[in-house]
Amino acid sequence: MIEFSFWDILRNLLLAARWTVLLSLVSFIGGGIVGAVLLFLRIGGRRWMRLLSRGYIQLFQGTPLLMQLFLAFFGLGLFGIDVPARLAACVALILWTAAFLAEIWRGCVESVAKGQWEASASLGMGYLQQMRYVILPQALKVAVPPTVGFSVQVVKGTALTSIIGFVELSKAGSIVTNATFQPFTVYGLVALIYFALCWPLSKSSQLLERKLNVAHRNH
Amino acid sequence: MTYQFDFGWLIVSLPVLLKGIRITVQLILIGAVFGVALGIACAWVRALGPKWLRPVVATYVELIRNTPFLIQLFFIFFGLPSLGIRMSELTAANLAMIVNLGAYSCEIIRAGIQATPRGQFEAGASLAMTPFQAFWYVVLIPALQRIWPALSSQIVIVMLGSAVVSQIAAEDLTFAANFIQSRNFRAFETYIVSTLIYLALAILLRQLLAGLGGMLFPRKASR
Repeated sequence: MIEFSFWDILRNLLLAARWTVLLSLVSFIGGGIVGAVLLFLRIGGRRWMRLLSRGYIQLFQGTPLLMQLFLAFFGLGLFGIDVPARLAACVALILWTAAFLAEIWRGCVESVAKGQWEASASLGMGYLQQMRYVILPQALKVAVPPTVGFSVQVVKGTALTSIIGFVELSKAGSIVTNATFQPFTVYGLVALIYFALCWPLSKSSQLLERKLNVAHRNH
Repeated sequence: MTYQFDFGWLIVSLPVLLKGIRITVQLILIGAVFGVALGIACAWVRALGPKWLRPVVATYVELIRNTPFLIQLFFIFFGLPSLGIRMSELTAANLAMIVNLGAYSCEIIRAGIQATPRGQFEAGASLAMTPFQAFWYVVLIPALQRIWPALSSQIVIVMLGSAVVSQIAAEDLTFAANFIQSRNFRAFETYIVSTLIYLALAILLRQLLAGLGGMLFPRKASR
């Protein structure tokens, strides 16, 4: 039997953690783009647009991420595509992230006082102009802390992709455990690596919130 | 797309699905009650508890909030036995849910407690309430009332997150779905059905919690 040193375990976990980071980045950026589209639909003029994006958000917030991963994994296959786990993981995580970001940002846009909309409309601005020059610059400031805070959920969400077979930090943890028979050490280390990834994000979200102190501005 | 959808397996597999639903419901009911209780205890420690215990609770909350539920579950189920602590899948699943919800609800409840003006606590003390009575009646109940919506959504999130416990072979709804699809080879249909069941459960749970909130806190928040 091969003996594994502590360094062997840690090194393998850290190598796998790169995939966690990469998947988080892809999900967050992709989710941000899809989320922005959803946001525009959600607060846009047409009724069917609002209903559509509301339904989408309800659906993705009301079902487990794990099920969404399974559906992406098996559902994409129905179209005759050969689905590698990483593709299913990216698709599901992007769609899931988008639903949450859209809802967070909607709250931020709605926190901008209604008079701002009316004032900009009275200046003859169109919908896109209102958004670009009046609403978004104000909403963006409010949006930063919760968005950074949500990125923690994305990093943690990537752990579920191990279940459909994507080899990231959690999956590596299981693999290394099976080789070393040291679940306590390995899962402890995995948890610590996740903590090292997430905690700075949590903390900076809190700091940003305090610094921008946006909660009390509009009162 | 030439795929033919087939839901004929539903009739045969209904008992398995129902058992899965029962376990998921049971997990979240136990998890919610004890998780919120743990959250209240932790919030008390952080607000008024003994000074030495506060950093311990703070560390617990930060550790849980910044690691995935899946890893917490694996650590409890696979890691703890090396310390001699063994438990069944269901117990481990429930413990993980309680520990997870405890940390999140601690933060939520603490936010509610912080919104209570300090003068109210002193007013309670001046009415000869013990610190515990003052905490319970003056601080905690209004705080819970204030944060009830946030707490409710956290409970729903934990319920949805519980899909993961199938990974340690706790026989919840996802476990049932995995089992069924391994028999009928209709993976997509099986997961669609179980996803819709989860959606229905989430909506039901939300309604239930809203109703419970109305029952527990009939008066309007006094601000």
